[in-house]
Amino acid sequence: MDWLYFLELFLSGLTKGSIYALIALGYTMVYGIIQLINFAHGEVYMIGAFTGLIVASILTLLGLNTLSILLLASMAAIIYSAAYGFTIEKIAYKPLRQAPRLSPLISAIGMSIFLQNYVMIAQTSDFMPFPSLIPDFEFMEPYAHIIGSPELVIILTTMVVMIFLTVLIKFTRIGKAMRATAQDKGMAMLVGVNIDRVISMTFIIGTALAAVGGILTACHVGQINFYIGFLAGLKAFTAAVLGGIGSIPGAVLGGLVLGLTESFGTGYISSDYEDVFAFTLLILILIFRPAGILGRSTTQKV
Amino acid sequence: MREIIKSFTVSIWFMFLTFPIMVIKVNTIEKTIEWRWERLIFVGIGSFFLSFLWRYLITRKESGIKKAEAGEEIKQPLSQRFFEDRRLFFPALGGVIILTVTFPLFFSSYQTNIMTNALMYVMLGLGLNIVVGLAGLLDLGYVAFYAVGAYCYALLNYHFGIGFWAVLPIAAAMGALFGILLGFPVLRLRGDYLAIVTLGFGEMIRLILENWNKFSFGPSGIANIPRPTFFGYQFSFDHSFIYIYYLMISLTILTIFVVNRLQNSRIGRAWIALREDEIACQAMGIDIRKTKLTAFALGATWAGMVGVVFAAKTTFVNPASFTFMESAIILSLIVLGGMGSIIGVILGAFIFILLPEYLRAIEEYRMLVFGAAMVVMMVFRPQGLISNIRRTYEFRSSKKQ
Repeated sequence: MDWLYFLELFLSGLTKGSIYALIALGYTMVYGIIQLINFAHGEVYMIGAFTGLIVASILTLLGLNTLSILLLASMAAIIYSAAYGFTIEKIAYKPLRQAPRLSPLISAIGMSIFLQNYVMIAQTSDFMPFPSLIPDFEFMEPYAHIIGSPELVIILTTMVVMIFLTVLIKFTRIGKAMRATAQDKGMAMLVGVNIDRVISMTFIIGTALAAVGGILTACHVGQINFYIGFLAGLKAFTAAVLGGIGSIPGAVLGGLVLGLTESFGTGYISSDYEDVFAFTLLILILIFRPAGILGRSTTQKV
Repeated sequence: MREIIKSFTVSIWFMFLTFPIMVIKVNTIEKTIEWRWERLIFVGIGSFFLSFLWRYLITRKESGIKKAEAGEEIKQPLSQRFFEDRRLFFPALGGVIILTVTFPLFFSSYQTNIMTNALMYVMLGLGLNIVVGLAGLLDLGYVAFYAVGAYCYALLNYHFGIGFWAVLPIAAAMGALFGILLGFPVLRLRGDYLAIVTLGFGEMIRLILENWNKFSFGPSGIANIPRPTFFGYQFSFDHSFIYIYYLMISLTILTIFVVNRLQNSRIGRAWIALREDEIACQAMGIDIRKTKLTAFALGATWAGMVGVVFAAKTTFVNPASFTFMESAIILSLIVLGGMGSIIGVILGAFIFILLPEYLRAIEEYRMLVFGAAMVVMMVFRPQGLISNIRRTYEFRSSKKQ
């Protein structure tokens, strides 16, 4: 067995998995609170990447250095993605809170189609090259054949974001309100939690994470188009289900498992079926452990 | 005044929101930036007025709910009155029949072709309607069965030279088989999970067709598929379109007939019960496993058949025709027309397919409008254009005073 090859696959799986985990967190948070698959989540990720590209291009013309471009573009992407997430919730999901389960789901699919075409018409349907904003660090040079700087940045950013999110959910006031809303909306309302605000906050945080994922992937892959959100969203959702939807550590674990599966699958079996591995894994998990790896199985009340 | 301020805020918000995507266009190769300020004004004005409309519709909807709760009598919907009034319904039906039968005589083969297209979507919609509308199982990978049908004809013809008519039942059976194949693993899943797994299934079928070169010839697809024959007689190019049109008409009528009969059968009732409440349905002694599987199988059968017609009509299949967008279109035409209602699905399919064909100018905006329409429909009229008429039985006391 070639250990170097194994390590390479492992690290590339970890990178991919980190991105999936970042997007999956948004799904899982929203699902935990209002039991809705936010189909438009992948689209917000795409919009984040596009906003980042636009801002980065303008700043490049102004002649700033790479690191400040990266930071400013990420800020813009996060702000805009969060704004889109907030607006999407107000338009497509809030009026449907009392409706049967199928209605918000279809509305979400509609939103996703709308946003895809909106970006396609307003911008372009071609692939756009994305500047590599993440600089190559000097201290990374000896290891460059195993892991590049962008990969390192992606993995580290994801770890930082996870820690930040855990602290937010566990120890802050809004985190407490979120957990309360997820457990029982009516009861949370009775003890004075502003449900509307909590749901909005959840969308804002979730979509901001998606924007981070969008920028990082775009830097890593080097090109974007209006359709990237669909597959990314689907895979991230797979990751969320894999780890047990509604559970935050589950989303991270699911993302990493999915990334590694894909990476080893393409490395050792066949590179043509990268996406097929993800879906096969999803179906297998749902058959044998529908609650996911870390999820608790809930008994249905009648 | 408050309303105006509200709308003004909304329009400012949307101007902010759409600013980078709508106004700025960068060209990363030539390193130029194009500013399209005029669009910002359109967005501002548009959202200003739309927000008025939005709030008006929301208040109207809420007052409607209040009225219903207060027990006030709700007017019978127009569509229902239309179908119940025989003096109106039968002449209309006759008119539609005459129009469909004579359509190719008056219009060019191009127009006929478009009508055939619309009929294909009617059939796909009716098939998916069984799964989504009646049984309430959200299937986002329906296009997979369509692909199965099309490839079934293409491959069987390529390898064994089997003709259209022999493949039609085989493809229907294959569709049903794949429906059951999908149905088994997802029996335990509900709602959202089901939607995602079916979506994954649909994408998987497409990816396999794209990558398994030895089996399906990969992305380049299979060409030179023969058009259908009429008892061994091969029509000329122009006439074959008309022939396929009539073929589609008869297949559609068959579908409508079967779906209509199914709807009111024991199994159809079981589907509707399943949609309304799975547990109550189980408690009434319905075998959920069997009911779900039949829904998947019977829904997929039609897609398999339409797939064969599609392959025969275009004489070419490749995986690019079977993307998720196709599933989304079929789903949205059902939603638009009215879930569970046959007339609604037919109307939805015609609106969806014919409008963009005749309004070529909006072709580019087609999916944009559909996406928005899906959201707006769900928010304001979740039952669709023509809602399914629920049979109600009244209890009448036999003793009269």
